[in-house]
Amino acid sequence: MGLTGLFLIGFLVIHVGLNACIFADLPFLNPSDNGEMFNRAAHFMGSTIVTRILELVLFAGFILHIIQGYQLEIQNRKRRGTAYSVGLGNRGSKWYSRSMGLLGTLIFLFLIVHISAFWVPSRITHDLAPVAYGNGVEMHNLYLRMFEVFQSPLIVLLYLVACASLCFHLLHGFQSAFRTMGVHNKKYLTMLKSLGYGFAVVVSVLFALMPIAMHFQWIKPD
Amino acid sequence: MPSATVRAGWCVRFYMEHYNMNLTLKVWRQDNKNAQGRFETYPVKDVSSEMSFLEVIDLLNDRLVKEGGDPIAFDHDCREGICGMCSMYINGRPHGPWHATTTCQLHMRAFKDGDTVVVEPWRAQAFPVIKDLVTDRSAFDRLVQAGGFVSVNTGNAVDGNAIPVNKDNADASFAAASCIACGACVAACKNASASLFLAAKVSHLALLPQGQPERKSRVLSMVAQMDKEGFGSCTFTGACEAVCPKEISITNISRMHKDYLFAGVAADK
Repeated sequence: MGLTGLFLIGFLVIHVGLNACIFADLPFLNPSDNGEMFNRAAHFMGSTIVTRILELVLFAGFILHIIQGYQLEIQNRKRRGTAYSVGLGNRGSKWYSRSMGLLGTLIFLFLIVHISAFWVPSRITHDLAPVAYGNGVEMHNLYLRMFEVFQSPLIVLLYLVACASLCFHLLHGFQSAFRTMGVHNKKYLTMLKSLGYGFAVVVSVLFALMPIAMHFQWIKPD
Repeated sequence: MPSATVRAGWCVRFYMEHYNMNLTLKVWRQDNKNAQGRFETYPVKDVSSEMSFLEVIDLLNDRLVKEGGDPIAFDHDCREGICGMCSMYINGRPHGPWHATTTCQLHMRAFKDGDTVVVEPWRAQAFPVIKDLVTDRSAFDRLVQAGGFVSVNTGNAVDGNAIPVNKDNADASFAAASCIACGACVAACKNASASLFLAAKVSHLALLPQGQPERKSRVLSMVAQMDKEGFGSCTFTGACEAVCPKEISITNISRMHKDYLFAGVAADK
């Protein structure tokens, strides 16, 4: 779990960084960007053999993490046997540390919606509006697609729930992954704990701002 | 402003003042390993705040015997917090409400008049209930038998300074060795994992020169035995560390994981 978790954390860095390119279109940054930076970055991710192979590795990482997670959850639930009449609750651990299975399930359900809304039309069906920039290379206008999808308040709400789930999943998962891999130096653990909290909040807030910014049309295609 | 002596006097009176209380105990009763258990409620009167929790069970058992009933079975031995026998889940916490305290060291001033106290046995597949509050914790013995020892010939007792040990390692090893194997970590863990206990035993020896020759084989066989006994996996929720009466650090589990990873790829057999 720790190893696949760390791999997916690495993926999140790339994903959030790439998607944050949509904010280049903010009026106070570059109002004439019109999603160009984001569309170019997304096009790069789908147009080279290396990134396509890495995409397969990513899927394998996700599938492994999900299967391992459910196996662990099912095995561990059996180990308790009879439940306590009065539980320990939050006196011994954080609620999100005990709810990684539930939080992971919420993220998994979101992932199905997310993939069918963006990855499938971009990589499989190719039913996205084309756009070309200066060099004449035609690419999918994913920026426009994002804008269209995020006009639905229900989808925005789903994304916000998923971002909150991701935040709590990472609050525990980040430091737990390093502990699982054997990091036991107290200085490093303290540093990783702070880094983990910061990472969880920054990544989740950035992801959450994307549907919000598009729904309230802080950024929009021209 | 009262003087320091007067203030100290108030503190002593506040914390140590003797008082009697009436309690309601809800205790798990189970006739044997295969029987269906149930809670039974017992009012207990005139409990002294200076009694230990085990003495209250003694008091109740005296009454039950006099009334011709079946006394509550519970584990106990040293009653001074070092043997690890007492094992009660009191009001939703192993060993009761006090931090870093075993059940036998838990005094009734932790409760107030009129309280209802729920007492359950450790709940884990690997610790089946034998009777009432007594669980079979022999799985811990088998974990230690799987490698929690040094089998190399260390010769006669030598001068303490003859084997140099780094002070930090000696302290960490000593802290890990203070584990009394009570099983509170297993009881508190949502996965009923024995990782904290196992990590304490592994770290205790891994940090000392005498433990090095069998370091790899020890961790491999002890972890394999833990899985065989039916304990769950560690997910680092931290509940074990929070309830451990000897304050064993969860960092030991990370050290055990590191040893396990290295041993997995570098073990000789």
